[in-house]
Order: sequence, then C-alpha cells, then structure tokens
Amino acid sequence: MPDKPKVAFYWCASCGGCEEAVVDLAEDILKVVEAVDIVLWPVAMDFKKADVEARPDKSIVAGFINGAIRTSEQEEWVRMLRRKCQVVVSFGACANSGGIPALANQFQKESILKYVYEDCPGMDNPGKTRPQPESKDEGRTLTLPEFRGMVRSLDQVIEVDYYLPGCPPTPKIIMAAVQALLSGKLPPKGTVLSPDIALCEECKRKDSKPADLALTEFKRPHQIQIDPEKCLLAQGLVCMGPATRGGCEALCPAGNMACTGCFGPTSRVKDQGAKFVSSVFSNIAPKEEKEIDAVLDGIPDPIGTFYRYGLSKCLLRRKLQ
Amino acid sequence: MNEQFEPKIVAFFCNWCTYTAADLAGVSRLKYAPNVSVIRVMCSGRVDPQFVLDAFARGADGVLLGGCHPGDCHYAEGNYKTLRRMRMLERMLKGMGIHDGRFRLEWISGAEGDKVKAVINDMTKKVRALGPLDLPGKFKEWDKEMEELEAHVNKDSKKGETTHAR
Amino acid sequence: MSENKPKQENLPRIGFYVCHCGSNISSMVDVAAVQKYAAGLPGVVVSRDYKYMCSDPGQEMIAKDIKEHKLERLVVSACSPNLHEETFRKAAARGGLNPFYFQMVNIREHVAWVHTDKKAATEKAMQLVSAAIARVAFHQALDKKRVPVDPNVMVVGGGIAGIHAALTLANAGKKVTLVEREATIGGHMALFDKTFPTLDCAACILTPKMSAVKAHPNITLWTYSEVEKVEGYVGNYKVTVKRKPRYVKEDLCVGCMECIDACVFKEAKFADKFNQGLGKRKPVYIDFPQATPKVVLIDKDTCLHFKTGKCKQSCATACDRKAFDFNQKEETKELQVGAIVLATGFKAFDPARSPQYGYGRYPGVYTALEIERLVNASGPTSGEITLRDGKHPKAVGIIHCVGSRDAKTNKWCSRVCCMYSLKLAHLIKEHSGAEVYNFYIDMRAPGKAYEEFYDKLLGEGVHFIRGRVDEVTDWAMTPDEEGKLVLRVEDTLAGFVRRIPVDMVVLSTGLEPQADAQEVRRRFNIGCGTEGFFQERHPKLAPVNTFTDGIYIAGACQAPRDIPDTVAQAGAAAAEALALIDAGFVELEPNTSHVIEDECCGCKSCVPLCPYSAITFDEVKKKAVINEVLCKGCGVCAAACPSGSIVQNLFDDDEIFSEIRGILK
Repeated sequence: MPDKPKVAFYWCASCGGCEEAVVDLAEDILKVVEAVDIVLWPVAMDFKKADVEARPDKSIVAGFINGAIRTSEQEEWVRMLRRKCQVVVSFGACANSGGIPALANQFQKESILKYVYEDCPGMDNPGKTRPQPESKDEGRTLTLPEFRGMVRSLDQVIEVDYYLPGCPPTPKIIMAAVQALLSGKLPPKGTVLSPDIALCEECKRKDSKPADLALTEFKRPHQIQIDPEKCLLAQGLVCMGPATRGGCEALCPAGNMACTGCFGPTSRVKDQGAKFVSSVFSNIAPKEEKEIDAVLDGIPDPIGTFYRYGLSKCLLRRKLQ
Repeated sequence: MNEQFEPKIVAFFCNWCTYTAADLAGVSRLKYAPNVSVIRVMCSGRVDPQFVLDAFARGADGVLLGGCHPGDCHYAEGNYKTLRRMRMLERMLKGMGIHDGRFRLEWISGAEGDKVKAVINDMTKKVRALGPLDLPGKFKEWDKEMEELEAHVNKDSKKGETTHAR
Repeated sequence: MSENKPKQENLPRIGFYVCHCGSNISSMVDVAAVQKYAAGLPGVVVSRDYKYMCSDPGQEMIAKDIKEHKLERLVVSACSPNLHEETFRKAAARGGLNPFYFQMVNIREHVAWVHTDKKAATEKAMQLVSAAIARVAFHQALDKKRVPVDPNVMVVGGGIAGIHAALTLANAGKKVTLVEREATIGGHMALFDKTFPTLDCAACILTPKMSAVKAHPNITLWTYSEVEKVEGYVGNYKVTVKRKPRYVKEDLCVGCMECIDACVFKEAKFADKFNQGLGKRKPVYIDFPQATPKVVLIDKDTCLHFKTGKCKQSCATACDRKAFDFNQKEETKELQVGAIVLATGFKAFDPARSPQYGYGRYPGVYTALEIERLVNASGPTSGEITLRDGKHPKAVGIIHCVGSRDAKTNKWCSRVCCMYSLKLAHLIKEHSGAEVYNFYIDMRAPGKAYEEFYDKLLGEGVHFIRGRVDEVTDWAMTPDEEGKLVLRVEDTLAGFVRRIPVDMVVLSTGLEPQADAQEVRRRFNIGCGTEGFFQERHPKLAPVNTFTDGIYIAGACQAPRDIPDTVAQAGAAAAEALALIDAGFVELEPNTSHVIEDECCGCKSCVPLCPYSAITFDEVKKKAVINEVLCKGCGVCAAACPSGSIVQNLFDDDEIFSEIRGILK
C-alpha cells in the first residue's frame, strides 16, 4: 500500500461542533478518507498520545486543531502536534480567536473557579474542595491539567499556518481547504481559507439595505417579528455581517438570524469588534450624548455582542483586573 | 528609583481644530506636560476605535482624542460620527476594565490653545495617579504561565521551532 | 494576524533631517541626540541636523541628498506641517522624489515651545520622530488633482471692505456678485459724517465708490439678500442666496421718492433704523438719499396694506413706473463662484450691558453711532447737536472703552474708539461750542497722523481726564449738578475722585462680532477666534485667508479695525482671490479616500457618512464608489468601513498604526 498523506484532527476547548462539521462533509468524507491516513481523531478513533508522540517530527502532513486553549494539557498536545505536523490548520472560531470559551476572558480565573466549585446553584461542596494540579493519595502523586489564567487562540500558543473560520467551518470551505492541501496549491502562510470580503456580498438580503440606516433603536431578536426578506441591520438587529468575513453563504441571515460574526474579520481588520462599532455607530441617528446613550442602551452586553467569537483576538486580549 | 511614574499618552488631533489649537498653544508659548504625543488626522472622524485599542495594547497609559466642537466640524458632521462611535467604545473599554479617564474625548477649537494645555495637564495628572496600564507588560506576564511547559515540551525538540504568534 | 509591515520587502531608504530653527527648537530639544537617534532607526540612511531646514541651503541639502543617497522617503522634524509641509514637499520634488514620500514632525509648536524640561522634550521629540519614520515607509506616490477654478467671485457684505474688494476684483475683469443683507450698501461708514484723522467727509469719499459698484458692468449687486447655503470647494463653490422682497421692482424704481410723499401716512412716524432710531420714517422708505441701489422698499411690519389689507396704495398709484408689486415673494438664487470674500463687518457693543452708564435710563446718554448721525449734515437734525428734549448741550462727556478692555464685557481693545472719540469731540465742539470732556484709560493713537490729531485736539481746548468712569448718575450733590448727568471718575493723573456734570454723555462703544457671526462662519465653514471674530489662517502670514481655501476675510469681521486698515485688507483679500482665479486651477490635497473594489462587500455603511455625497452606490456592481473630486479627505468613511476596504491617502490604516507603534516603541 502506497503511503497516503497522514492527517491529524485534534480538539481543545470546543463544543464538538467542529468535529460534527467534518462529519457533515457527508459523502465527501469518503473521498477524504480515501486520500489520507487519519492518524489522530479523538472523537472518532482510538489513538493514544504515545502513538502520536512516537511518530517522527513532521511526519504528519496536516493537523487540524479546533477549540480554544485553556488548559496545560491542551497546550502540551498542540505543541506536540506542531512538531509532528508539516502544516497546522487552526480549525474554527475557537481555535482562531477563542470563540465562545473566550468570553470567559471577561472574568478572572479565581472568580470562575469560585463560581463553579462554590457558588453555582447546583453545587454541593461544603468543604470548598477544588481540583488541584497535583495531589497525593496513598503515596501516589496524581496530576490534573492546569486551568490557565485566560483563554487563548491556537496561534497565541503555537505557530499556525492556515485558518479555517466559522462556528463551525462549513463543509464547503473545509473541502476546499482539504483539496488545496492535497493538491499542494497552498496560499501564503497565515491565510484565512475563506473569501476575504465581508458577508453582505453573499447575503440575499443585501439589496434591501437602505443607504442611510440612521438607526434610532437596537432590538434584540426576541423583541421583534423579523422580516425574512429585509436587511437585518435595517430592522435594528445587530447583524455583524458587514464586519465579518464571508464564506458561509450567509447561512444565519438565510435562517432569519442576524450574523454573530463567527467567521472573524477580513484580513484588513485587526479587531473585529472595534471595527464593527466604528461602522454601525457612526450611522446611528442621534447627535446628542443622551440620545446616543439611549440608543446604545439597546445593546446591554457590548463585549459579548461584538466579540462573541473573538475575545482572545481583541487587541486588549482580556478584561483587566 | 523614587522617580515619579510618567504616563505615555497618545493623542489623535483633528487638523482643523485641535491640532491647530496645539500649534496655537506653541505659538503662545503655553507650557504643558510632555506626556502626550500627537498623531495628526484630518478629522476626528478618521479615528477608528481600533487605533485606540492598538495604542493601549502597545503601551499607552492613556489615549486622548481631540476634535472640533459639535457643529463646528470642518467636514460638517465628522465629529458627530466620532462622538457616536466613541460613546460605544467607552462602554467597551469599561467592559474590558479600562476606564477612569484613560480614554478621553475632548472638543477643542482652533482658538483654544489654553484648553489644549488644560486638558493635557489634567489628563496627565489623572493618568499618572492611576499608574501604569502597561498592557505589553501584562501580556508578557499573562503568558508566563505557559513558559515552563513550553520549555518542557520543547526539551526533546532539537530546534524548538515552536514560537508564539504574538 | 496582520502585522504592519511595509508593502515592499526591504525598507525604503529614508532621509531624516532635524531643524534647530535658530535656537527655537535647539534650546529645548537636544537636536544632536535626535539626529543620532534617528540615524539608528530602521531604514534611515541619512540623518542630519541643520540650523534652518526651511532656508534655501537646508532645502538644497535635502534635494542633493535625495539624488546622492538615492533616498526614497523623507522625514523633516521641524515646525508645524501647517507652516512648512508644502516647503519640504517641494524640496522633495526638486530632488526628484514624489512630494508625498514625505512626512513632517512638529517638534517646535508641539514640543520645544511648550515644554520646560529638555530631557523630557527630547524624549518626546524622539517618539514623534520614530512615529514619522515608521509611517513614511508606507507612504505612496501621489499626485495632486488639478481642478479648474470658476473665475467668478462673491463678496459678502457691502460695507467699505466689501465695496473695495468688489471694485478691485471687478476692475481686474472678474464678475463679482456683491451680497448685502441691508437694503443699501455702505455699511457703518455710510453713517459717519467725517472720518479721522483727516476729517474728510465720509459721504464724499464713500458714495462715489457706492455708485461705482452700482454702475460697474462686472458687478451684480444684490442688496436685501442673505447667503443661505454654501456648497462645494475651493474654486467651485455653489452658493444659495435668499433675496428678500422689497415689494418694489428694483429694475423699475428710479428712486424719485414720489411714493414716499404719497404714502397714506402723512407724517413719518416709525423709528428709522438707519438713523439709529433718532429719526422717523414711513413704511415706504429709503435709508438715505445716496442709498445704493437707489430703490425704495416697503417695511411689511408697518405698512398698512400688509397689516390691514385696507390701504388705498397711494404709493403705488404715485409711481409712474409701476414699480410696486405687493405680491413679490422671497427669491432663492444660485451662484457658482470660485472664491468668496467675507466682509460682514461688526456690531457695535450694546451699552445696556454696562448699566452703570445709564444708557436707556437717562435720555442724555447716547452711543457714538447715534452721535455720528447727530453730527451728520444729512442726519435727523441736519448736523445740529440737540438733546432728545430739543435742548442744546453745554457740556458733553465722552466715555472711552465702553465694552472694550473690560473683563466684565469684552477684553479686547476695539482699536478705533480713541480716534473716533477724538473726532466726535472735535465735531461736537465745532457744531455746538460745548465743553467736551474725554474720559480715557489710555490714549491709543498708533496710526499715520493719528498722534498729531490727538495733539490738535489738545490744542482745541477739549478736556482729557485719564480714568475709567465709575458711573453716570442724575443724583445731584451740589446745586451745580441739578438737572445734569454727573460722571463720577477717578482722575488717575490728578489722583482724586472727580464729579463732572454734563448735559450729554457719549458712550464710545466698542466693536463686537456680528450677532450671527457663529452661524455665518458655520455656513462658510470657517472658524471664529475665542472673541467670536472670524479666524484668519495665520495671524501674520495669512491674515485674510481662512482655513477653508478660496474663502477670504476682510475688515472688521476679522477683528476691530479702522477704515484705512479695512480697505488695505479688502484689497489684500481681493488680491488673494485674484491669485487663485488667475492661476486657473487649484491643486487639491490628495488625501482623498477610495474604495478597493474587490474588497468592498457593498454594505453601504460608508454611503450616508459622506457630508459631500462623494460616495455613491453602484447598483450594477453592488459596490460603493468614491468620487475623488468631491471627496475632501476627512477619512470618516475609511474609519467606518467595517471590512477595512476604504483607503484614505496619506492617512491609511498602515500609516496610522505604524505611527502608534513608532510612538510607543
């Protein structure tokens, strides 16, 4: 049997949706399986860490790593994979920019642990016991991965070659990436493997957007009956589409949901949230501070809204103490 | 080592009002604190909130934005656009733990050289009292927790090609 | 993911120059240290300091270095770019470098002149230098766009400044539209009897110029009109002018004034604004016999026809030219002009704001403008100085600096009051023989033949008392003071408080910005200083220019000034406008924005932000497009483009981010 290129899939702090996305390739997955040898895929196949460690460095053609990085174990795995893989693809919003887990960067480590192990309503822990990285039991030393101070994107831990955006990446862009890898027709290192143009380009509602929004109010989805045809921003919903990279073919707007920005910004933008703010709020109607503030009050959670998938990649990285 | 902390403040001044006012302060030989370095833009409306975040991320202890008074913009209404987006930026900064006047928006007309002096002195004093923000230092500090493991994991690796993206 | 790296692989070759500016910079900034620091920055291949970079040898040095060292970028650290950016761009061009491969660092106005600690100032200078050197690597070669200049000019304000500017321009062959808010041109000067220090008759020198305006084939005169809107940019302004109805057809009326005689009101009974309320007029009137245009008008508020609809319209019947049109409507006119001269004048201080002088409370207290009308041969009393009760004053007190040099009202010196007070003292004495007292703080007579005029007055027996009058009162302390107005003043030369009883008090009111100066300057997109006068571009080197190219200011709208200075300034403003027009084109700063078509998603976020409607949406391509001729380079769209697909030349993201990086290195 000729040597097929070896690929690895790994997950860190993720929900499993990215794994699901691979499965969502449907029949296409057969083509992939035919073309490559999967040497690691914890969600589907039983490989041990030692198996991967035993492989020579750079013996794996590509590693697809999803999920954000929160624990020392995840750091250890991705560092190892970095050594073993020729190409590392950051797979999905969490790996790219922290994703939903990175919203935890609005809180300090201690407050998270305290809540989870002490204050959380379902918790019964009178001794206030917390998991320790190292503990002794009958003369043996037990270790647990360390819970880090913050959530990091993959490229804040190891060097990343390519990025597949999305929560999760759509089958179409995954296939395109796999084909590019297999054919060796790779774009410059650091490229996000999705069109470098904002989502409105692909959105069916685009034509219904008026030139002048002059918004006087922001609404949350449960507050209105959403018009299925009309531009969502024009309906007062926070649609991140204009500040979000395309490639998903505007799936959410097609499903009558505003874009929440999971594909991240275009390559020209350093900070998706800040850029979105710059754009949308320039276009609100009021001029007086009080009236402006009243409009802004319609967005009770600005960080969670504008950095839903990207707080690790906010230029400030996390909330300060 | 008892030297007083001197904040670094990055300012964005619009060409027609606040930058001109700063020129006027110079011509009038008004004296003020040397902590503020000015970046000239044509209109405060050019200032992208990304610039403010980037300045903080690169080590600014404060960011000052100066534009024409409302109604006086050389470009009709640029400063209203500034005001709107900066009101939201202030909320975001607060959400990220940066407040207490580290970011400030001021309307200073071309005739108000004295206001340039007053604002710069006041902001310098207040930010000095807040102490250093030092985000680059904090970034390093935060990433220290990864160092030991990084060294450990890379022990076997000959070249240690693993590097941080930042 | 994107770090700001210059687009080209290798850093361009940068030349750096730091100016001593004599000792202006070098006394507070360690110039040698800055030069050394810059020499060590990436890309810098030449780093020099020089006494005066803006001098010919300084510029020559740059041009020579560009050639010899194959410089690709240029950074000069000197004064404000608002002063010398153009100078060094030209120097770059002389060396064969695109002028926009240049960045200026302001270490004079923003550093040397405002700081006191040399070490800190030097460090700040280094930060700014580092920022400029980081940024200049990203600069692109740009060309200035040339747009043609409309040769027509609008002059706003028909006082002596506007009249002189309009005539100068018209004599140079330019088509001028002179817009005046009042019914006649002439402005404040038309109110005066004589002018200081020559005492020549104001009307005799002004009215020929007014007639010349009316008669000039190149001047269109629109009185009773106001500018409503100004759009466009230097060389290409579109102005909307509102013409108020006179109810008299301007082209038919010959100013015979038969209608005024025929008015159903047999007596003139309405306060005459032109005569400062001292005289009366009818609802149909003309301000003064030499009014230009010599066309009557109807005051709607007092005319019986408009008030009751029941008037036999005897004025219209009396007009054999059928000039009356009671249905006349306000007209809106549009003008295309290349340049605008603003000569909107001043407002006299309202002495009600200084109640201690009793204006409005004591009938014997007058403003200087009222006295101008009283001493005027064509005024309401034909030049006879009579009090409101018809009596003749035996003693007159003139209080200087009312609403000037006063922390409570206006801080500035109004410049003309000392001189016109002397003139009025002379005229009052001449016309009435009264004793005249001048109460002054300092006597300011700094003009040609002004001090001599003061000397002449001293010799005429006019009394001068140095001191600020404390109050004007009718409370008599001695029998001499009964029925008089008493001026209480500390005579600072004699060293005691005096009480001077007089019959008439003249308040030498100061000059203020027009009440609507703020509105007007917004309409024309220029600035006002803290006092509210229009702001000149540079107090010394560009005194008639504004920050908006193609808009010039002349006369007392810029600051208080007398007639000779006003006329000189009006001539200067006209000359600036001529220089602009005769060049035939303007070069627009290329700091415009453009949409990168391939990157634009067509979200339209930018479209409504542009105040000049320079951004449109191409419905076929579904992309935003910026018309770079209409773009004025504010950059608001570049900041707001949510996908970073708009670039502003000279203020691109890369340029600004690298400046931030440079400062915080």
